[in-house]
Amino acid sequence: MELTTVWFLLVAVLFTGYFVLEGFDFGVGMLLPVLGRDDRERRVLINTIGPVWDGNEVWLITAGGAMFAAFPEWYATLFSGFYLPLLLILLALIARGVAFEYRHKRPEASWKRRWDTAIVVGSLLPAILWGVAFANILRGVPLTADHEYAGGLLDLLHPYALLGGVTTLGLFLTHGAVFLALKTTGDIRERAGALAVKVGAGTVVVAVAFLAWTLTIRSSAAAVVLAVGAALALLGGLAAARVRREGWAFTGTAVAIALAVATLFAALFPNVLPSTLDAAGTLTATNAASTPYTLKIMTWVAVVFTPIVLAYQGWTYWVFRRRIGVQNIPQH
Amino acid sequence: MHSWGFQVDALDVARWQFGVTTVYHFLFVPLTIGLSVLVAILQTLWHRTGKERYLKLTKFYGKLFLINFAMGVVTGIVQEFQFGMNWSDYSRFVGDIFGAPLAIEALVAFFLESTFIGLWIFGWDRLPKRLHLAAIWAAAIGTNLSAYFILAANSFMQNPVGYRVNPDTGRAELTDFVAVLTNKVALITFPHTLAGAFLVAGSLIVAVGLWHVIRNRGSADTDAYRFATKFGSWVVLVSAALVLFTGDIQGKIMTQVQPMKMAAAEGLYTTESPASFSVLTVGSLDGSREIFALKIPHLLSYLGTGDPNGTVHGINDLQAQYASQYGAGSYTPIIPVTYWSFRFMIGLGMAAAAIALLVLWTHRKGRTPTSRWLLRAGLVMPALPLLANSFGWIFTEMGRQPWIVFGEMLTRNGVSRSVSLTEVLTSFTAFTLIYATLAVIEFKLLVRYAKAGVPDVSPQPAADDDTDDAERPLAFAY
Repeated sequence: MELTTVWFLLVAVLFTGYFVLEGFDFGVGMLLPVLGRDDRERRVLINTIGPVWDGNEVWLITAGGAMFAAFPEWYATLFSGFYLPLLLILLALIARGVAFEYRHKRPEASWKRRWDTAIVVGSLLPAILWGVAFANILRGVPLTADHEYAGGLLDLLHPYALLGGVTTLGLFLTHGAVFLALKTTGDIRERAGALAVKVGAGTVVVAVAFLAWTLTIRSSAAAVVLAVGAALALLGGLAAARVRREGWAFTGTAVAIALAVATLFAALFPNVLPSTLDAAGTLTATNAASTPYTLKIMTWVAVVFTPIVLAYQGWTYWVFRRRIGVQNIPQH
Repeated sequence: MHSWGFQVDALDVARWQFGVTTVYHFLFVPLTIGLSVLVAILQTLWHRTGKERYLKLTKFYGKLFLINFAMGVVTGIVQEFQFGMNWSDYSRFVGDIFGAPLAIEALVAFFLESTFIGLWIFGWDRLPKRLHLAAIWAAAIGTNLSAYFILAANSFMQNPVGYRVNPDTGRAELTDFVAVLTNKVALITFPHTLAGAFLVAGSLIVAVGLWHVIRNRGSADTDAYRFATKFGSWVVLVSAALVLFTGDIQGKIMTQVQPMKMAAAEGLYTTESPASFSVLTVGSLDGSREIFALKIPHLLSYLGTGDPNGTVHGINDLQAQYASQYGAGSYTPIIPVTYWSFRFMIGLGMAAAAIALLVLWTHRKGRTPTSRWLLRAGLVMPALPLLANSFGWIFTEMGRQPWIVFGEMLTRNGVSRSVSLTEVLTSFTAFTLIYATLAVIEFKLLVRYAKAGVPDVSPQPAADDDTDDAERPLAFAY
């Protein structure tokens, strides 16, 4: 396999990992006021992701770094072209990350309320905007022959992209609710399970519509198979959630998100950012790539370190595998 | 904009944003680098001796470390995104080389740091003691490793090596990755930056410890605070020595690779041998005319070349040389910025070392200081090396101007062409506002938790053996 293909796959894997992992972080953040009825309950929710959210976010930093290293043209055009959505995502991630750490640092209710808002908005915005961004990557954007973004903000906000935003929003909400049902005890667990089924039912409709629309824009045999797999995994996850088989439900939503992201990348390949303006502007895994020498070095680094990272990150989830409930929240 | 008599363009704003967000990010980085290791040392002391005071100090400074750590994490993401958002032509030009250390930094260092910090924060009761200690060390190693990779990337901008420019694409291409990682600028900037970071972290430990020593006299924890104060002071002194030692070597390397930067550090217009170093100059801001100057003869020659009579090239000669080499234009950085930032860097860093000496002197042979002046000096102490770090970076980056990659790409050619003035102004304003707000919040929290003092670590009332693990409260919770 050519190294450019290897790196296309690796970038896809990194974004997939990011959405599967931070997907439930975002879901938990958005559900804070819905499932957390008082401060103690909200602390339960936050503490289910407390030890892991930062490590989950590094998937994004690594995906961005891999894109920069392996496909500098893709990174440069995408990040300068999707300027305002990315700005909003950055501001959201800043507010949300600080909020997790600072929320409990003062006892006043008003202090906590403000950080709760930061967590909710900071989770909601990226949950929608990532869908908008990836829908635009798939559909293509106006690019000049020298790969400069030639559109404005409104060119990124068409119905297909907005449906993409609603899809990621729904998927992350469902994923988060299922995760909470898996990681909590008592009343919260019950409510999270019930909510997962309700939100999930709506999400199935939206996600199937989005994936079908995606395949009409661009498609490949692999993309069709992956899209069908994503839909089935989501349905399976919801069926499991209905009968409160939480481990299976979480597996289902995780696989659904992974396959949905994989669908987009499979449909996109070998392009990385198609141009809707000048065909010469289209960025592909070949014309956006770094030199073979750089890709070779990066491949070795990835081959050596990725398994190590997966091992210790996986171990972290094992260490913090126990469910928590209001009885586990210390008084201060 | 024209009504102000000057025109602001997207390039200026992008530069200001980079400056503000990077200096801001680097307010948290030195503390993270230094405190991660120092807290790990405190916990190791506890592990080895079993003395309660070390556990108290680990938890106490660990809390301050985490308040700071959160800010470093979230402001760091902006840095990675910013290259693509505001500097896309730069990213295209150097991506083949510059992207690799960034990606490796994330994969090798950030995962290690973030995963193990999570294990450390929440793992007090979940991990065996040794493993929990290993977690803070793993996080500290990750943090310090990340510094190496990002400095290797920056050093390519200072002194590009291991590359060629492809004549067909006009892009820089990697030819020797080992050369990039062993760039002599990177090899010396890494220990210099680390020493600077420990100067800040040590100062914070002193400031907080000393405050409690003086204000909480007779407290049951005086012993712990005394230890922290002395420990921090020694860290400051050793770091200061290392900062000077590495800075001296760095100055000589910089004189070779960017003679203009070192000439600009002195405001040396004409080539001189020997050249003297002015401690300060009263006159025009850029040192071109002086009313009074306090000069140390031969020092600049020594700093730049290692020879007290060595030749140091002046700005005017270098400007003429670059103009003939690279084409007409100004190749001179803004002299008042380089001249004064260089002096503030050295002066502020050394002031912290002087305070540390004073602190140790007042603690000699079991004495306890009572001076209000010492208390005040201790409180401003962390700000001194922190600002010295900022000035060091301002000097390094502004002294390289007008280049973004020295000798290869001008800063003005690196900016994103597709990003409008309105967009970059929106972004600059948004970051400045959110950063300013968070700075106030963070500072107040640090003060609050510093004042609260070391926590009670006496074991909880004997846990009922019947108590199920599922019912026990978490050792730590957000």
